[in-house]
Amino acid sequence: MTRTGLSILAAFVLISCGSDNTKSAGSAHPSATPAGESVAAAQKKASGPRSAPAFSLKDADGKSVSLADYKGKVVLLNFWATWCGPCKIEIPWFVDFERKYKDRGFAVLGVAMDDEGWEVVKPYLAKTKINYRILAGNDKVAEAYGGVDSLPTTFIIDKDGKITAEHQGLVSRDEYEKEIVRLLGGTAGRRNGDGYSVLARANHP
Amino acid sequence: MVTVTPFLPAQTTLNSLSSVVNVIAPEKVVAKRGAPQTVEFTIQVKSGFHVNSNTPADEYLIPLRLTFPADSPLKVENVIYPKPSMEKLAFSDKPVSVFQGDFLAKAVVRVPANAATGVSSLAGKLRYQACNDRMCLPPRTLDVKVPVEIRN
Repeated sequence: MTRTGLSILAAFVLISCGSDNTKSAGSAHPSATPAGESVAAAQKKASGPRSAPAFSLKDADGKSVSLADYKGKVVLLNFWATWCGPCKIEIPWFVDFERKYKDRGFAVLGVAMDDEGWEVVKPYLAKTKINYRILAGNDKVAEAYGGVDSLPTTFIIDKDGKITAEHQGLVSRDEYEKEIVRLLGGTAGRRNGDGYSVLARANHP
Repeated sequence: MVTVTPFLPAQTTLNSLSSVVNVIAPEKVVAKRGAPQTVEFTIQVKSGFHVNSNTPADEYLIPLRLTFPADSPLKVENVIYPKPSMEKLAFSDKPVSVFQGDFLAKAVVRVPANAATGVSSLAGKLRYQACNDRMCLPPRTLDVKVPVEIRN
């Protein structure tokens, strides 16, 4: 194909993608791009790592906990609920991550999104051996983190308070762990050119 | 650069997540005073998703419920749900009691013998919580309403 032909094709693709993006802007179509990469993902990649929104929430003891309290740590911020089956698959993983990496500057924060709050969350915690801090979430915090339309939704935040990964729905334990280890300065995980993980670039199966 | 994994089915949009469940009510019901009448609501669950049945096995799961206010002009005597299916899902060790696809919930109503003839309505709410095998959506409540023509 000639250079002119490529240019015309490229222009057509750009127009097509632009049209698709415009249509998707309202519907936030998560899986519309030809490369199998979501528009939302592409938009977030384009804008680069964003600072994790600040919040202050209460833990089970009524103590206020702020994200700022974890400055300098890698944080796995997990939005979950007691009625969410997939969330309960991840909880043992997070328990294990907390145990393995807390001494290396890592912490898990679980934000419970149950409408009934501690009334249902506390009994669940009493039955489940969770070794990381659970906070009672609210709509304001969910909105700050993009709405949290589904659970589980998990953000991995680096030591500088930047969100380096966002997962909607159940993903593999391995994906989380590679990202955590990478941010802690370990060797696991692959890196792309700009130093960020490429573990979750495409949609999952 | 940030990695994002929107773990959603290929045909799912975030907007569509808010409407994975739809309820179709009859256009109109004709009921006789004093007589029982069954009103069928067709509940449609989007392919790939399920809702917890009215009798979920896990105490933390939110059951599907079709409810009507006690002061409804038509007395709802019972709501009949179909037999749920027990599905082994990717995230569950044990089978989960769910409804999938299209199914009927039937409200058995009785018009009071002294009710005025003419057009009234039956209004209720459907509460449900939907998931697919990778994620769950927050519990939601849909309004349902059916015009009811009351005859002698």
